[in-house]
Amino acid sequence: MTVDRSSLAGLVAAKEIIVLCGSGGVGKTSIAAATALGAASRTGGKVLVLTIDPAKRLASALGLEEIGNVETRVPESAFTQVGLTPRGELWAAMLDTKQSWDALVMRHAPDEATAHRIIDNALYDNITGRFVQSHDYIAMERLFEVHASGAYDLIVIDTPPTRNALDFLEAPHRMAEFFGGRLLRWLTAPYRLGGGRGARLVNLASRPFYQVADRILGSQFLQDIAEFFLNFQSMYDGFVTRARAVERLLHDKRTTFVVVTTLEASPLHEARVFCEELVARDFPFGAIVLNKTLPASFTSADGSRAATVLTDDADALAGDLAVTGEPALADAGIDARVLRTIAASYRNFSVVASREAELRTELGRVPEVVVDVPNLEADVHDLGGLARIAEALFPDGA
Amino acid sequence: MTAAPDLLARRLLVVTGKGGVGKSTVTAGLALLAADLGKRVLIVEVDGKGDICSKFEHPRVGFDPVEVHPNISVLAMDTEASLREYLRLNLKVPVLGRLGPVARVFDFVATAAPGVKEVLTIGKVAWEVRESIEGRAPWDLVLVDAAATGHVVAQMGAPDAIRDLVSVGPIRSQTEWMIRILSDPAITALNVVTTPEEMPVSETIDLVTRARSELDVPLGAVIVNRVLPELFARAEEAAFDALGAEASRAALGAHLGDGPGLDDVLAGARLAVALRRTRAVHLANLRAAVDLPMLYLPYLFTRTHGLRETRVVADSLGAEFGL
Repeated sequence: MTVDRSSLAGLVAAKEIIVLCGSGGVGKTSIAAATALGAASRTGGKVLVLTIDPAKRLASALGLEEIGNVETRVPESAFTQVGLTPRGELWAAMLDTKQSWDALVMRHAPDEATAHRIIDNALYDNITGRFVQSHDYIAMERLFEVHASGAYDLIVIDTPPTRNALDFLEAPHRMAEFFGGRLLRWLTAPYRLGGGRGARLVNLASRPFYQVADRILGSQFLQDIAEFFLNFQSMYDGFVTRARAVERLLHDKRTTFVVVTTLEASPLHEARVFCEELVARDFPFGAIVLNKTLPASFTSADGSRAATVLTDDADALAGDLAVTGEPALADAGIDARVLRTIAASYRNFSVVASREAELRTELGRVPEVVVDVPNLEADVHDLGGLARIAEALFPDGA
Repeated sequence: MTAAPDLLARRLLVVTGKGGVGKSTVTAGLALLAADLGKRVLIVEVDGKGDICSKFEHPRVGFDPVEVHPNISVLAMDTEASLREYLRLNLKVPVLGRLGPVARVFDFVATAAPGVKEVLTIGKVAWEVRESIEGRAPWDLVLVDAAATGHVVAQMGAPDAIRDLVSVGPIRSQTEWMIRILSDPAITALNVVTTPEEMPVSETIDLVTRARSELDVPLGAVIVNRVLPELFARAEEAAFDALGAEASRAALGAHLGDGPGLDDVLAGARLAVALRRTRAVHLANLRAAVDLPMLYLPYLFTRTHGLRETRVVADSLGAEFGL
């Protein structure tokens, strides 16, 4: 098979990891699942889609009752039911932040007792459950783990919805910095050193901070935090080594980033910023997927002319329709209303379509691969629905 | 259920919603509607993307409120500035000159105990409300363009979380009055913006459930944005379906000529009908699962943006409120 590098199919064939990103609501998860499906059914091999928070509908579209933290194979029957015969295997897993964090702590803690002290601390739930970037980090960490297992030929990962799409790129680096930083050592120092000269010196050095922190937070709370971090620090080496490895993997040539956006001003703006950042930070940027675009028929000159005629000559046309013998069209008054309505609706959508066309020209710095996925009339309910998206992603059976 | 007419009588309206549903647009529309009613409005923009200001065609603002439109002021949340203000007002800590390194450490602690950052955000909001109730701030209504659905429970619940984590100390007592304001149904309402699409609807249902079980914050209304128009009544729908038949196409083709124009228009109408139908299902699910007042805003096909768009939204909201 010749690999065309200027298509998504080429990208999929050449890479081991595809990271999908984009702002919320653009349909990232469906595109991720469809990309994985397309890869499994065209290129073959073992393909995993790792999603963050799939809709129940997506799980059932994949023929799975539920997608869990453990990878599950999409059953053959889900393919055959909609007339597909995949060359490869499609697997799916969902990121469970809490479970993944627990596993990470168990792996890196020096002993089980320390691991439990960390996991049972009230702050731990806060950090792993609420701290938004912890989702970013654990997603990348999980990606690394699955990739290192060597079990899959291709992993398609959906990124968490972040306020700032760039956050997750920074997450491994930030984690490493967080646990390796001087601040952490400084913060925990008074609690780490039992007493004596050293402790006093440290306390003096950190006095302004403790003065303020103590007044805001209370010393007990501060001590809880310090204790937690003392335990957490025991995982430092494993953690930082891992975070650096995750970072390297994201920069690796085997990885590619695909930015998903709709042709609406705000998501597109974010997508453009994101594309620029990917390039600036030397991440491998592969493709843009323009999702839910309106068909070109809404901007055709013919269509616009027809809409005008349908409006202007609605009554005459309705008169002709009423005598065609079609029972549903017998009432010329109704027919005229319908003709005017469809013409008006066409013009409404034309406005949106031409705005999309304008925004498309503003894309700016783009990779070679730009793929359009049309607005599907209905939601995706089964593998067939995902296959329709895959057809748009991989045109001409490429 | 009809829209709660008392919603606009409250002091604090928090607006959340999944990313991309038009949360800022709706917040701006609510502000303009309230200003129309003679209220002085403060919008607190939590995400700090500057979207709210663009809805009023005004440059971005900072932590100090700026009037972006008559009777509408905006402040962009900045937790460090909020901390600075808090320390100055409450603790008399002379940190203004030295906050640089303290802020870095604070950032670090706040990372470990995220409730700290959230409480500075929601604390500032509650502070503005309390000041206005006591006549020290000019606002009749504080509107919050809040965090997205995924994060808003943590944000609104921050005072509770902090109270649970911190057993003693000044910050604990600070949480008490915040909780009083946030939980008072005469003052506060948490509102959700959604679109009639699957994920926004499912997140809205989840959020309402979570808010009821995890938060002591009264719920207001669900605002359904981008509702597509219903094209046909039943008889018209039958007529529309019949347009695809050979005889009808021939009759129309006689006027319209041979080009693909008619097919373009018919295909467009079919897409519009199908989209509307798909969305109607999600709307029905939403109404079945959530018993809050619903306000509906139409999909805007026009090229309107900025203040004109905000005006259209405010007028639609006014009509939904029965004003």
